[in-house]
Amino acid sequence: MMTLKVNGHDTQIDADPDTPLLYVLRDDLKLNAAKFGCGLGQCGSCTVIVDGKAVLSCVTPLVLLEGKQVTTLEGLGTVSAPAPIQRAFMEEQAAQCGYCIAGMMMRAQALLLRNPKPTDAEIRAELQSNLCRCGTHMRILRAVHRAARLMDTADASANERSGR
Amino acid sequence: MARSPRIIASIVAVILIVGAAVVFATVWRPAIAAIEPPSPASFDPAVVKRGRELAALGNCNSCHTRQDGQDFAGGLPVPTPFGVVFSSNITPDPETGIGGWSEAAFARAMSTGVGREGQHLYPTFPYDHFTNVTDADNRALYAFLMTRSPVHAAAPPNDLIFPLDQRPIIAGWKLLFLRRDTFQPDPAKSAEWNRGAYLVDGLAHCGACHTPRNALGAERVSAQFAGGETDNWRAYALNDRAHAPVPWNAESLYAYLRNGWHPDHGTARGPMAEVVSNLSTVPESDVQAIAVYMADVSGAAKPERDRSAVLAQAEPAPAQADPTGSAIYAAACAACHESGRPLPYGGVNLALSTAVTSPDPRNLANIILAGVPAVAGERSPIMPGFADGMTDAQVTSLVNYLRARFSKEQPWTGVEKTIADARRTQTALFQTSPEPRNAPADPSQRDQP
Repeated sequence: MMTLKVNGHDTQIDADPDTPLLYVLRDDLKLNAAKFGCGLGQCGSCTVIVDGKAVLSCVTPLVLLEGKQVTTLEGLGTVSAPAPIQRAFMEEQAAQCGYCIAGMMMRAQALLLRNPKPTDAEIRAELQSNLCRCGTHMRILRAVHRAARLMDTADASANERSGR
Repeated sequence: MARSPRIIASIVAVILIVGAAVVFATVWRPAIAAIEPPSPASFDPAVVKRGRELAALGNCNSCHTRQDGQDFAGGLPVPTPFGVVFSSNITPDPETGIGGWSEAAFARAMSTGVGREGQHLYPTFPYDHFTNVTDADNRALYAFLMTRSPVHAAAPPNDLIFPLDQRPIIAGWKLLFLRRDTFQPDPAKSAEWNRGAYLVDGLAHCGACHTPRNALGAERVSAQFAGGETDNWRAYALNDRAHAPVPWNAESLYAYLRNGWHPDHGTARGPMAEVVSNLSTVPESDVQAIAVYMADVSGAAKPERDRSAVLAQAEPAPAQADPTGSAIYAAACAACHESGRPLPYGGVNLALSTAVTSPDPRNLANIILAGVPAVAGERSPIMPGFADGMTDAQVTSLVNYLRARFSKEQPWTGVEKTIADARRTQTALFQTSPEPRNAPADPSQRDQP
């Protein structure tokens, strides 16, 4: 039994310490945004955020997650209240089949957390490890730029509301 | 009988003058007049092509190109124990490169480490090997470099400790350590062996990384190929003390150097990935010659161990193995490294990995943290890096587990510090090194020269 912090909630997990995080997310917690693609850490469709950094959940065993915060796409926003990164991907119609997109959004989110205004080259370098076979790369690039702008204005309006 | 003070003064004066003359003769080198950059059309295309192959054998681009920089335009910070030396621009730009260099100036730099203006060059530029390069090969290298696109890019000033920031000091270093013409053909050996020796001890400068250096940064002649280091990677021993679980031979060396991987040894990475990437573009006969020579250097294969014997030894997991390391290995590593999928896309069984049997865990730490990056435009092996997913303590558990499970060697000491160093240096390296290079899965697939 271990305690796993996912999207702000503590959950008791009964699984072997070498169980990949992806299996627990999908099978036990029914958080199905992160996808099983290759199972080898080579395609990026299982990407989630752990303590602010993009991590490949298919090659991350539970034993590595003691005391860490896991964030999945479900933790960013909902259908009725999408997060900036989700809004941006929808507005740019960045998904074709959509299988890679959750991973793309999580890695892009991690990038924007540490670099709110990435250049084209920085986005390309960061998303290099996430594969898309439909070829929507140009839309994904635009979506990440759009998300950066959305987050910028969201921060500004939040600051206005809080009177800063 | 007391000599008169005048005679003593004369003797002292003579000694001083002779001494000054000796120092002057040692240190001073004339400038060679600058030339107008020769027109690319003035070079024979066949010689230029040969020069391209030689530049690849010499791995010139590895130091003389920095990340996001143009080929051969220099500016790469090369860390040394004495400070940072920035590689020079060797494109034919007349102001910041070697556009004003005559062939004689180029040949002098290669064989004696003196720049066109007469300044001594730091031995980060491995002229202690290049002194062996023939005039014909220097001519071809010159033709190749002088037909590249000139790039206007001045290298940042070096950042070296005093007094090593004074170039005349280098003359003293040369007096102590620069041996000219260290390659002499051995008539008792085959032409292929001699060709390999010429390349290895000359242009390819293998010893620059694989031979340990003394306190003044010179290769230790008595310990040739005993293993050295570069960019916080261990360059493995290539002599009879090599640590490879399955001993190397000429065939496996050829395949590894040519393709970048071998099923008994794994995939080249770190600075060696750039070397094999270059070697995939040169004539096969040269790679073959290097393999034949190096197989001889490493001596007769030790007690014959083949792959199945090594793998059989590694089967049982030790009972006292670190459970954290074991769990990490099972989830993060085994899916590729025990899948049985063939190389280069499957991972090598770690019982075959020299990184695990090596005297220190540096390379293992580097590869776990940074992975093997994909190469743009090529099919190549890739491995995800785990720097963002594992703490230093967790990497330590994994490294200790791999050592216990897959080698018969003593546990490593100082693993935590090695991992902290690896995290720091590998991050820095990715910001300065050329684009990640790996050997292509099949050299014939390469679409660029």
